[in-house]
Amino acid sequence: MVSVKVLGTGCKKCQNLENKVRELVASNNINATVEKVTDIQEMINYGIMMTPGLIINEKVKSFGIIPKDDQIINWLKEN
Amino acid sequence: MDSGKYQLNNLLFDLEYKMKNKIIILSSFLLFWILIYLNLNALTDFLVYSIIGLEKDTHLTNAIWFFIYEVPKVLLLLVLVVFAVGIIRSYFSPERTRKILGGKSLFTGNVLASSLGVVTPFCSCSAIPLFLGFVQSGVPLGVTFSFLIAAPMINEVALVMLFGLFGWQTALLYAATGLLIAIIAGYVIGRLNLERFVEGWVYETKAKQVEFIEEKIPFEERIELGITAVKEIVAKVWIYIVIGIAVGAGIHGYVPENFMASLMGKSAWWSVPLSVLIGIPMYSNAAGIIPIVQALLEKGASLGTVLAFMMSVIGLSLPETIILKKVLKIQLIGIFIGVVGVGIIIVGYLFNFIFA
Repeated sequence: MVSVKVLGTGCKKCQNLENKVRELVASNNINATVEKVTDIQEMINYGIMMTPGLIINEKVKSFGIIPKDDQIINWLKEN
Repeated sequence: MDSGKYQLNNLLFDLEYKMKNKIIILSSFLLFWILIYLNLNALTDFLVYSIIGLEKDTHLTNAIWFFIYEVPKVLLLLVLVVFAVGIIRSYFSPERTRKILGGKSLFTGNVLASSLGVVTPFCSCSAIPLFLGFVQSGVPLGVTFSFLIAAPMINEVALVMLFGLFGWQTALLYAATGLLIAIIAGYVIGRLNLERFVEGWVYETKAKQVEFIEEKIPFEERIELGITAVKEIVAKVWIYIVIGIAVGAGIHGYVPENFMASLMGKSAWWSVPLSVLIGIPMYSNAAGIIPIVQALLEKGASLGTVLAFMMSVIGLSLPETIILKKVLKIQLIGIFIGVVGVGIIIVGYLFNFIFA
């Protein structure tokens, strides 16, 4: 089971990333839980100041950007 | 085995092909850009006098000419600069900036923070996470403020507008004085030891020091980041540019010369502080306000007053400051606005004095 967290407040990029991750998880049949984290303090605890942040199995994978689809799939599958 | 090698070759070929394609598109775009930019004056003349067939030197013609000339000029500059800045910013992140700023002494830290504020990606929505991230990892309060002042004040959109409508001297002047204000205001706030006015819970948590795997981003991807920046920013500000220039064009064509001299001229001593006061609650982005201000300058307002007004509108915006209420007590917000406001007023008087 892969644990995925999307860190972000209400910004548009953050929503886009969350939707994208959910889509990719579903379309690739990956066993994962996707969670949206909006608490700023929790973001800081991951060391992230630029949203959206992508955390996979408690590891910071990206911040400030929306990564490419195949990149996200690779991250999801390497776990 | 062989087929794997074949596939790899194919992939490399594909990559090279795409890369070449991109270079061709980018360079033809640049050529097109230069061609239009250099001939914009003649193109506008042709459009206004030959195609629309307007009479020369009437109020209406002047206003229309101004509009048709300035809108594409500013948009062209914007696309190029935002693209370049997008690439530069891909080398910086708040996380890296924080690492650089941690444990720096007050004055050096203020200078560094202000300069990094210009190149680090920043939007008002990230002001709070940034503040927490900096302060909790030990970046001094005054240094954090230098960053928070410089980042919104000296932004690429403001600089493009200033360069396009006022010329490079004014753009440079604005950037230099903005930097100076950020450094000094942050230093002053640092020396005042105002940590007690930061909400208590902020200091109770210490940020975990997370080691980032700093991945090397290939240059091709940075180009894409530049293109993304252009799409995002131009989509957001083009409408303000058009409206701002339209209003500016109206002023340009119809408001009499020297109309603003009594209101925003240098003889009126109260004009500088008043401009700053009016500017604080105004939340207009640089794109909309600068064309209007430029037209006012032409009608007899003085440079120092105009500069102070712009800095106040862009750098000191009430809504953005109110966001900080979550982490700062009201006293500190007041001191912050006060210190920066005084800095801007001094700059305004200084320029009115120099260009007297």
